[in-house]
Amino acid sequence: MAYYQNFFTQVQVRPLEPEMGIPVAANDRVGKPFNSYLFGLLGNSQVGPIYIGYIAALSITCGLIAFEIIGLNMWASVNWSPVQFVRQLPWLALEPPLPKYGLRILPPLAEGGWWLIAGFFLTASILLWWVHLYRRARALGLGSHVPWAFASAIWLYLVLGFIRPIMMGSWSEAVPFGIFPHLDWTAAFSLRYGNLFYNPFHMLSITFLYGSVLLFAMHGGTILACSRYGADREIDQIVDRGSATERAALFWRWTMGFNATMESIHRWAWWFAVLTTLTGGIGILLTGTVVDNWYLWAVKHGVAPSYPQVYGPIVDPAHLSPVVRP
Amino acid sequence: MKIVLSVAGAALALFLTIAMFGGAGWTHPPMANKQTGFRGTGMDLIRTRAGNEELAAANRAPAPADPADASGDKASAVYENVQVLGDLSAEQFNRVMVSITEWVAPQQGCTYCHSTENMASDELYQKRVARRMFQMTQHINSSWKENHVHEAGVTCYTCHRGNPVPANVWFDTPPPSAGKFIPRNNGQNLASANVGLTSLPYGIFDDYYSRKDTPQSYVRVNATTALPEAKSKPIQDAERTFAIMITMSQALGVNCTFCHNTRSVAQWDTSTPNRVHAWYGVQMVRDLNQDYMRPLTTTFPEARLGPTGDVAKISCATCHNGANKPLNGAKVIEPYPELAHPTTQVSLPVGEAKDPIPGTTTPTPKPPM
Repeated sequence: MAYYQNFFTQVQVRPLEPEMGIPVAANDRVGKPFNSYLFGLLGNSQVGPIYIGYIAALSITCGLIAFEIIGLNMWASVNWSPVQFVRQLPWLALEPPLPKYGLRILPPLAEGGWWLIAGFFLTASILLWWVHLYRRARALGLGSHVPWAFASAIWLYLVLGFIRPIMMGSWSEAVPFGIFPHLDWTAAFSLRYGNLFYNPFHMLSITFLYGSVLLFAMHGGTILACSRYGADREIDQIVDRGSATERAALFWRWTMGFNATMESIHRWAWWFAVLTTLTGGIGILLTGTVVDNWYLWAVKHGVAPSYPQVYGPIVDPAHLSPVVRP
Repeated sequence: MKIVLSVAGAALALFLTIAMFGGAGWTHPPMANKQTGFRGTGMDLIRTRAGNEELAAANRAPAPADPADASGDKASAVYENVQVLGDLSAEQFNRVMVSITEWVAPQQGCTYCHSTENMASDELYQKRVARRMFQMTQHINSSWKENHVHEAGVTCYTCHRGNPVPANVWFDTPPPSAGKFIPRNNGQNLASANVGLTSLPYGIFDDYYSRKDTPQSYVRVNATTALPEAKSKPIQDAERTFAIMITMSQALGVNCTFCHNTRSVAQWDTSTPNRVHAWYGVQMVRDLNQDYMRPLTTTFPEARLGPTGDVAKISCATCHNGANKPLNGAKVIEPYPELAHPTTQVSLPVGEAKDPIPGTTTPTPKPPM
């Protein structure tokens, strides 16, 4: 007999009447709900009805404009060759203005102007989406945990592309739009500022990032393992502990001597996720503005250990005098 | 629907598995790792034994020609128009000629440089270039002996490897081709093998490897103080430096930690001696490109020039060819003392370049026998 699982279900629930959720005051959902087998593999098979609203519509429009500007600039940079566009897509980018333009509002379009316009629309899109998220949460009578978590990610985004460039006095300090280019930029950023690993806020951000992963695996694993005892009703069990909660708690006390509660585990996970980008943003903000070389900073404050010389003194040959050069 | 998806999923999994095994360029043990720094710093050259053997086989130095009698008439007395090696005996001179043929034009033979009607004639550009290249070899083996090439030295073969044009030369990067609207891409963001298929700037050779007066600060992007005290360098400069370093890493077949303790790539006191060698190597490359290659621009026919009409130039890869010691560090100059020191003070070819001489044509290389 088929049985129900939480993920990759073998059974898909398809009610005869589509689920409409609880009644809410402003109900402007559109579209006729339908069931999708593909969606059902991953979650609920029902799609729609969807609430759009003017803020979300505006957000999607701004996002599309940014997407188009970035895409067309990339295409133009391979001289509008469709083949090269596809072939080189991961390498292509829309670069921020050159250092010589500083914080000029609109440098020539081909020299960073498009980057600023795309950045404006992308930022508008993201901020509007945050408003949408907040308003939907409130409309359903929910807490605002999800919008604030999203805001933490937006903080890092704004630091990288807006706040730090302004503090450094140049848009050229911002990140290019592009798949490999933004990754290579990240590596170059660390190289430029003497190794970001010595940035304590980078350390914190990594701790929270990896911690988030660990907590996610622990919590997900615990709930799945206890779902046969009803752990999927974990929110009820915050106040009304059942057999599943007791077992889950005992499991962790046995294996690590301590257990989170059904309530606190979600606070742990939420804060770890939120602090990842919050501390990361602080770390980026301090780089170049307050600290110019993290390695030297770490040496100065006793963070970086010193290792024994393996080769004897190595001296910068450019400082030898006279410089040996024919 | 379910069956279709299952079949599609299985096909995709099979395809990805095949692609993973066939296309990912796997290396496998046994490894041949070498520690290059203090334990715990991650300074290791990670290679496979098979890869090492392959690299050694690809960089084997050719056997030197048998020594020739130093007595007898001088080459300058026996032959006409011998400008660089005239002090050798005719036999020694011929030995060098035989060797250079093997090193540079083994398939094309003597007539790659020499006119069949008159061996002394300078009508072929190859001969005039070769003469300057002899001088360059002598210059490398003398002026750069102490700081870069040491006892190993170089011969024509170090770069040429049996090719008339060495495999790893570079040309200036042309600006983006004309179009209605070409956005600036910083000379980067294209898949370029030059910089290890990253999206980093690819036109870095022009500025870094071709002029002696390139300031040291060109690649040095790290601040020398913990806190900002001087005007800061833009991240674009760091991307350029990163790209240049990748060209060196590729040219020598080594990773970053061969020269640097990467916890702080800028620090000299935590680097390895290889970094000092590399620094002198860069000075040498600039010296050779400025004094030897660029002046030959007009000597080469147009077909041999790059897209912007510039001459082929040298980088680390030209000699190293993927090995951290060219030709496995063999002392190739020992059997050829005539190429170890300058033998003429004149910069050849002198005067106006003349190519092609009207009515003459460069012989097309003959197919191998």
